[in-house]
Amino acid sequence: MTRLPPVRLTFPAVVIGLCLGLIPQGSSAASLTLYSAQHEQTVDLLSKAFTKETGIDVKVHSGEAPELASQLVKEGASSSADVFFTENSPELELLSGKGLLAKVTPATLANVPAQDSGPAGDWVGVLARENVLAFNTSMIKEAALPASLLDLAKPEWKGKVAIAPTDADFLPLVGAIVALKGRPAALDWLKGLHENATIFDDDEGVVAAVDRGAVATGIINNYYWARLRMEKGGDNVKSAIHHFAGADVGGLMNISGAAVLKASRNQAAAQKFLAFLVSKPAQEMLSKLDIDFEYPLAAGVAANPILKPIGELQPPALTMKQIGDDQDSAKLLREAGLI
Amino acid sequence: MTLAASAIGKNAAASGPRAAPAPLVAAAIFASALVVLPIGFTIIQATGVSPRDAVDLLVRPLVGRLLFNTVGLIVAASATCALIGAAAAWFVERTDLPGRKVWGVLAVAPLAVPPFISSYAWVSLSNGLQDFAGALVVITCAYYPLVYLPVAAALRGLDPALEETARSLGQTTWGCFFRVVLPQLRPALYGGVLLVALDTLTEFGAFSLLRFRTFTTELYAQYRTGLDGPESSLLALVLVALCVACLIGELRVRGGGRYARFGAGTRRNSRLAPLGWTRWPAMAGFAALILATLGMPLGMVGYWLLQHASAATSPVAPSLPLLLAATLASVGYGLAGAAAAVLLAAPLGYITTRYPSRWTVLLERTAYLAQGVPGIVVALALISLTVQLIRPLYQSAILLVFAYAILFLPFALVSVRAAMAQVPRGLEEAARSLGLGWFAVARRVLAPLTGPGLGAGATIVFVFVATELTSTLLLAPIGTRTLATEVWANTSALAFAAAAPFAAVMLLISLLSTWLLANRLGAVAFAGRD
Repeated sequence: MTRLPPVRLTFPAVVIGLCLGLIPQGSSAASLTLYSAQHEQTVDLLSKAFTKETGIDVKVHSGEAPELASQLVKEGASSSADVFFTENSPELELLSGKGLLAKVTPATLANVPAQDSGPAGDWVGVLARENVLAFNTSMIKEAALPASLLDLAKPEWKGKVAIAPTDADFLPLVGAIVALKGRPAALDWLKGLHENATIFDDDEGVVAAVDRGAVATGIINNYYWARLRMEKGGDNVKSAIHHFAGADVGGLMNISGAAVLKASRNQAAAQKFLAFLVSKPAQEMLSKLDIDFEYPLAAGVAANPILKPIGELQPPALTMKQIGDDQDSAKLLREAGLI
Repeated sequence: MTLAASAIGKNAAASGPRAAPAPLVAAAIFASALVVLPIGFTIIQATGVSPRDAVDLLVRPLVGRLLFNTVGLIVAASATCALIGAAAAWFVERTDLPGRKVWGVLAVAPLAVPPFISSYAWVSLSNGLQDFAGALVVITCAYYPLVYLPVAAALRGLDPALEETARSLGQTTWGCFFRVVLPQLRPALYGGVLLVALDTLTEFGAFSLLRFRTFTTELYAQYRTGLDGPESSLLALVLVALCVACLIGELRVRGGGRYARFGAGTRRNSRLAPLGWTRWPAMAGFAALILATLGMPLGMVGYWLLQHASAATSPVAPSLPLLLAATLASVGYGLAGAAAAVLLAAPLGYITTRYPSRWTVLLERTAYLAQGVPGIVVALALISLTVQLIRPLYQSAILLVFAYAILFLPFALVSVRAAMAQVPRGLEEAARSLGLGWFAVARRVLAPLTGPGLGAGATIVFVFVATELTSTLLLAPIGTRTLATEVWANTSALAFAAAAPFAAVMLLISLLSTWLLANRLGAVAFAGRD
């Protein structure tokens, strides 16, 4: 009978060290560490193009935006992050409020409309996305959909709406309602949704549930539906999206932005990455490929034709400051029993 | 620490010829302390909640909903696993089912398929299979072998004399089954079902992909919302309490009740029940079971491998370098985790077999506690602990290896302990009397003799680590992507085709290692030593 070689207890550390040595490490050349809450596919595309252009390697740490923001706050000055790239403005406003962000180079800020970047000039807007209501076309007629997002909390919508309160896209919506209607109204709305809504982990879950007919409508950001349509093919989709009109809070536009951390030891390279994100070639690449489905913010770049032209949207007029930093929104969710 | 060490030494001195070497005792205590660390830290964090708030937080609709989901699934899955596992075991062990040896092997094979890979397979087949129904299907497919294995073993061990006596006293076949056989299978059945419950409680990846909300997915959701404070720790403790209850239940069932056969002589082999025409539906049932448990994951991965990934859903094109990097990461961490777990288990296994006492039993039980701590709880605790107190370990590869070692220590310990127990103590004593130090004894006597057992333990841990998702997702150093995290990231974004190559390599690693375990290490471990 063959025997395995004896285990040599003298080399424990060596064994573990060798095993870890197998794991590929990032190259030791110039590299940036990116904390990213944007879609991995989008970020992968952008970081590869950036590396090709500048020779700077990008290491990506992915997560949900509030998770990364709270991580950055805890890590403070010793964080290994150079750049933070998120899907929504509140996390950036939170870090800005805590004084963790460095000022963005003026030339970079000049590439996008001033109201789409951080009011303190410490983060730059990169892409815009619209909040919509996805609905299953065989379960409900578009004419029967509510005029306002707030109507979904009314008793007649019980069992007919899906939400993802722990998705980073839901929190800014709560902040917007607080800004427009006040905190008590926002809490009432959430309590109503607690009665009415089916809960999912993320927007992907909501849009999939609406499409398969598990629930009639769902609150999502627009491009989740576009992605589902891409995956299933136009003919197989059983859902559509409804744009809230008349400056209703339901038509909220969110800004996906990026910032350089004050703690970063690669300030120059990090600023270069921000400049790249809002550069015309990068923004054109995103709007031409069927990957991202967000509205480019750089001047003169046309959005993906699948999207409703940005000029036809009627979002509520809110500043980044008004939408807030998610901290109170998360508390409201808990008060309403949603998380 | 020193108190425990001296107590172990004293106790051993009374029953054995010498005291346990202090370094070994220290190493064993270190291993057990590592297991306690995440639970202890979670408890300390949870004490940040005032008692009144704690009541408010625990008695709220969310916790009720999670309990309802989790307990509902456990009850349903226990029933289906018990039914399928026990029926399969009976057909394989007690009937003349054609090809029953092959069916027996195939019935255990689903254990080599990580649950979140079957989850991926079912979800990518149709998103109509999400929620409760999907969760029940996936959990049943993944865990019924946990019932099958002990019940089959129990059926093999039953004394046919009891059944024959019952039959001679006028019982029908069915009466005999329900009044004689089934009661004797009870410990195996209950033990298996409790393991199913435990694994259902700790599973994360499968439910996350199925969008079915349980405690583990909710903990992750709260972490994602940036709400990983004391309130989350409290929720984690509820989950740990449920797990520990299952663990204790399993321990009780295993220990309690005597069903062994007494008396001299060998027992006769059980008569195989002739199936007659019912063999056809029975074989169709087995075929359907194998199709669902092995055919589905293998088939769906194969299907998606052949699909052209569309741009929207798979721009992280599964390029060869990326696949290679993820494979190396999974294998590297697998080997490191296996080495770490076996190294931690070795001293523990040694002192529990050589110096049994109240203290060593306590150390051993503490290590087994790791089975009742879900990966997500360990990972969240280690993140908080390192970011607050041990900064150099934060986001490091070493921390991830420690997490693996903690999570899978029980599996390594079982193998190590069994291997140590088989080495006659006289051999070590002879070696010592011939002038070897304890370290030389370990190297020249123990290591060669326990090699196959340690190898088996290491292989088991390797498979678990190489396919582990939860703690890898949370603790992996920046930029590290393993096969499991790639499958998860792509499937979460509905990019099924992009996930397929990673899932395929994972299945390959898992099935190969299991084969190695069953055919090579198993044979070496069980065939007598020369």
